[in-house]
Amino acid sequence: MQDLRITPALLYLDGVSVAFDGFKAINNLSLTLDPGEMRAIIGPNGAGKTTMMDIITGKTRPDEGRVIFQGAHDLTTLDEADIATLGIGRKFQKPTVFESHTVEDNVLLALKGARGVVANLFHTLSGAERDRLDEILALVKLIERRYELAAHLSHGQKQWLEIGMLLAQDPALLLVDEPVAGMTDAETAETAELLRRINATHSVIVVEHDMAFVRDLGVKVTVLHEGSVLAEGSLDQVSANERVVEVYLGR
Amino acid sequence: MSRRPSILTLLGDRGGAVFVGVLLAAAVVVPVLNLAVPPSSPFHVPTHTVVLVGKWLTYALLAVALDLVWGYCGILSLGHGAFFALGGYAMGMYLMRQIGPRGVYAHPVLPDFMVFLNWRELPVAWWGFQHFPYAMLMALAVPGLLAFCLGWFAFRSRVTGVYLSIITQAMTYALMLGFFRNNFGFGGNNGLTDFKDILGFSIQAPGTRAALFAVSALALASGFLIARAIVTSKLGKVLVAIRDAESRTRFLGYKVEHYKLFVFVVSAMMAGLAGALYVPQVGIINPSEFAPANSIEAVIWVAVGGRGTLTGAALGAILVNAAKSWFTGVLPELWLFALGALFVLTTLFLPKGLVGTLLGFWPRRWARSHKPGLSASVAQPAE
Repeated sequence: MQDLRITPALLYLDGVSVAFDGFKAINNLSLTLDPGEMRAIIGPNGAGKTTMMDIITGKTRPDEGRVIFQGAHDLTTLDEADIATLGIGRKFQKPTVFESHTVEDNVLLALKGARGVVANLFHTLSGAERDRLDEILALVKLIERRYELAAHLSHGQKQWLEIGMLLAQDPALLLVDEPVAGMTDAETAETAELLRRINATHSVIVVEHDMAFVRDLGVKVTVLHEGSVLAEGSLDQVSANERVVEVYLGR
Repeated sequence: MSRRPSILTLLGDRGGAVFVGVLLAAAVVVPVLNLAVPPSSPFHVPTHTVVLVGKWLTYALLAVALDLVWGYCGILSLGHGAFFALGGYAMGMYLMRQIGPRGVYAHPVLPDFMVFLNWRELPVAWWGFQHFPYAMLMALAVPGLLAFCLGWFAFRSRVTGVYLSIITQAMTYALMLGFFRNNFGFGGNNGLTDFKDILGFSIQAPGTRAALFAVSALALASGFLIARAIVTSKLGKVLVAIRDAESRTRFLGYKVEHYKLFVFVVSAMMAGLAGALYVPQVGIINPSEFAPANSIEAVIWVAVGGRGTLTGAALGAILVNAAKSWFTGVLPELWLFALGALFVLTTLFLPKGLVGTLLGFWPRRWARSHKPGLSASVAQPAE
């Protein structure tokens, strides 16, 4: 049977541009992510990293270009909830958890399952769901604190809880925005390890400033600058690129 | 850990159980003390007290409805009085049709104000209101439909916060202006009054008044249990998630606008029921019920009692109105200042309201008997 998909890539950004009040935040950006890949995105402030995440997750609609997910869905025509349901999860730069819910309820809300109003009005926790909750809470080391309010967690624990919520969502693609910002060195190393483990079963895009962390991940790196791709390759390759050095050090 | 909203888990915490228990007891005891105990006895409850408290109970139901959207979903509606008044008008129209030929002009079908305006036929909007079930259906359906239409556009367009509040305020103001007009067909300035009987019972009879009290208490208990079932379900957790971090909830795949629409419509219908019970007890419904100040007063009841606690909202409504009754008797010109001061002081010193603050005093006992999220008391004002 003929494969009807436009591209074998998991995510394919094709000539995407968006301007805010005349400022081109993303300028003819094209990027391909293979299924199962983990990719690190780096770039100076204002390079368009977060805007790119916003476009992929439906928060921002691009002026031009297409964003094709799994070769079949044009994400530019869908809203955030539809995109999340298709299997794209997002972790924000600032940990965003539901503070007045318990740690467990945060994960429960993220857990893969029906998202409709009626289904959730009559939802009861199944045994399988409970096992999955236990498993995730153990993985992100929050099982002891499951009945506490998320507001009472430390910054690092909130980051982990949010990663746990992403795991519960079980998306095909995870977008992770600065996961180690504000973490200690030990927490940073643990987070790199956790992301590698997640990558065994999920595709991941990580946006990060911390070069030691990116080196730790050991994956292909894309450098963004002024809304488009400046260089792509291993961290050593892009670090040797003169333009990259200029952008990072020359200003 | 089961989250099935059985009657037992709904009464799971002591506050809710006591609340429902008191209402059920009052529904029986108050009518008995009013009707069966002679006026000479110290235990006799006079009819004017029955009517007054019965009215407060309908306000409490309105407060529970408002708390459902504001306390749990962050939708600060400044127009809930409109849903209350629409329910009241549906009941008023039924009561008008019951007058029949006993009106001043003795027209067999047309209410007095229509005869006075030289109308020849009953407007279509009034058809069917001589049937009680139809009128009660309308008391729920009209507020529900209005909430659906308003919510459909507002929530889809992602109107939130103060902008949404202004839209709801404009809605109730527009309805007030409409209902003030004679040619709108609902009695204009004077509204609907001079009711004679309800379901064949004289509306002035002590027995009818006691029965209306009991029904109001039962309606409040039911409204509370329905609201409780909603906020303790997983849907309730989604609502609180929307209140605290709306865009995060979208990124988890929840269609926020559907959830808001659901809870807004349920709340509007509950407010409509409250209005329908209010009208036969006060004996009149007129356009001033749509006044924005009424909706804002309801917000104050909820804030004083405790946002996101349900029981607090109901208690707030009863306490503030009890204070209003006392004040308007003793120092009538100072009541509005007192109400304003109450709101300012609550916001400054009791941001969680009375019940929310009381619950905060026993955090550990509360946590043990009670899973957080059930009472989603709020840390900071939403807007």
